[in-house]
Amino acid sequence: MWSLRDKYAIAGVGYTEYSSKSGVTVLDLATRACGNALADAGLGADQVDGVISYTFNDSVPAMAVATGLGLPGARYAVDYQAGGNAANLVIQAAAAAIEAGLAENVLCYRAMNGRSGFRLGGGRELTARGITQHTAPHGWISYPQAMAMWCRRHMIRHGTTSAQLGAVAVTCRDNAALNERAMMRQPITLADHRNARMIVEPFRLLDICLESDGACAVLVTGAERARDLRQRPVYILGAAYGGGPNQGDDLFDAIRWPDHDHNYSRYIADDLWRGAGVGPRDVDVAEIYDCFTYSVIVQLEGFGFCPPGEGGGFVQDGRIARDGELPINTHGGLLSEAYIHGLNHVVEAVEQLRGQAGPRQIDGAEIALTTAGAMTCGSALVLRN
Amino acid sequence: MSNHARPLPEPDADSAPYWQGCREHRLLLRRCTDCGGVQFPPGPRCPDCGARTHDWVEASGRGWVFSWIVVHHPVPREVYQDEVPYVVALIELAEGPRLAANIVGCEPAAISAGMAVTVEFEDVTEQITLPRFRPTQPATPT
Ligand SMILES: [Zn+2]
Repeated sequence: MWSLRDKYAIAGVGYTEYSSKSGVTVLDLATRACGNALADAGLGADQVDGVISYTFNDSVPAMAVATGLGLPGARYAVDYQAGGNAANLVIQAAAAAIEAGLAENVLCYRAMNGRSGFRLGGGRELTARGITQHTAPHGWISYPQAMAMWCRRHMIRHGTTSAQLGAVAVTCRDNAALNERAMMRQPITLADHRNARMIVEPFRLLDICLESDGACAVLVTGAERARDLRQRPVYILGAAYGGGPNQGDDLFDAIRWPDHDHNYSRYIADDLWRGAGVGPRDVDVAEIYDCFTYSVIVQLEGFGFCPPGEGGGFVQDGRIARDGELPINTHGGLLSEAYIHGLNHVVEAVEQLRGQAGPRQIDGAEIALTTAGAMTCGSALVLRN
Repeated sequence: MSNHARPLPEPDADSAPYWQGCREHRLLLRRCTDCGGVQFPPGPRCPDCGARTHDWVEASGRGWVFSWIVVHHPVPREVYQDEVPYVVALIELAEGPRLAANIVGCEPAAISAGMAVTVEFEDVTEQITLPRFRPTQPATPT
């Protein structure tokens, strides 16, 4: 269980433009986002001694960013081989590294040319070895295809409907309409969702997140240090990472997973809330990992916002809208802001807790949840101002 | 699905007996000889008790649909554009483990959870045979 409640804080966030074609290298994106996070915090590059990132063979290593930024004191540069499930893990790891004396000020980033370069959603390398010898030969290859299998199972077990998936898509787009950095700002309706092209049943085009070029960065430091910096600190109340038994041979694999009607969130929720000392009812704004509409529904259940199987009903009737009981994905999420693999959810949570979210600000937001991951393994943070 | 451009399995030391079984049109499952657990996919150790010792048992070939998808958008396009729509299902075998495979011999819209299916084998190349499943009861024409 997380025992570092309130000891560490996010003192700066940075990001690039999100686009379909950045026209620059991933290293350029990464160093821009990191530089922006330092400027936001008002911290000099000479103070940064840790850099942590995650990559799916589509990014640049932390040491390259430390070198590119000219960080004279960088001594702890670490990369996780992971997908969006690590977006909150890197923040947790940064705090743990500081606690252990390995670093004092740590930059976490995610950077990729996810549309103009390596397209994660378009399929993996087309091989059939290791675990993929049992999936790819049957034409089960892309992440939308992987996740559709989970979603179908939820529908089988709990009667979840496409219209309920649509409610998530519409909510994210409504929020993106107020976000000037969102890639998709044109509002959509449930009818638009219903009429969208079928990609892989049960997913239509609007159930699937964007592909984006861009980068986000987050600066983690000690709580006391953060209070001396430029921005209001956002404290890390709780952090959890993991999943259940039989997490599989890689991110795609879930053949041995107990049942695909639930995911990692069910297994880490207790750790998260106990560590944070608060519960789901205390959350003012939730940035839920939304690589697919379905993943929001199953995580709302897993993190205890509603009982298992009732997430489909929970997302309807405006409950997750900005003026609802639980505002989610106030930036538009991966579905409508950009696919920066979940680190953009952390950036948004920080802006909400600082009161800097402009037209999409949730009044009085004090506690935020961010989640990362959709399948057998994932991470989450509880943040407060 | 008879498109040979699709990725074909590269058997390894853990899976070679399984793929050899498929060539012989037998669905072989790894069985732990310590705890008796029957497993898929086959790995170096029993995921239940950690033992390495095992033998292989021939599955009945019967199972039921645990979950399924219908692929409409081909990924990659050049490989699957003539195959869509096709069905990939997680099949729960009578022996317990689940595996992924195509379901053939029925309209995608006719598939339902719990539907009984039976294995058959498609000889794709000289070396590689893939298991696939077909509804045990032929769908009644409508
Ligand atoms: Zn065993």
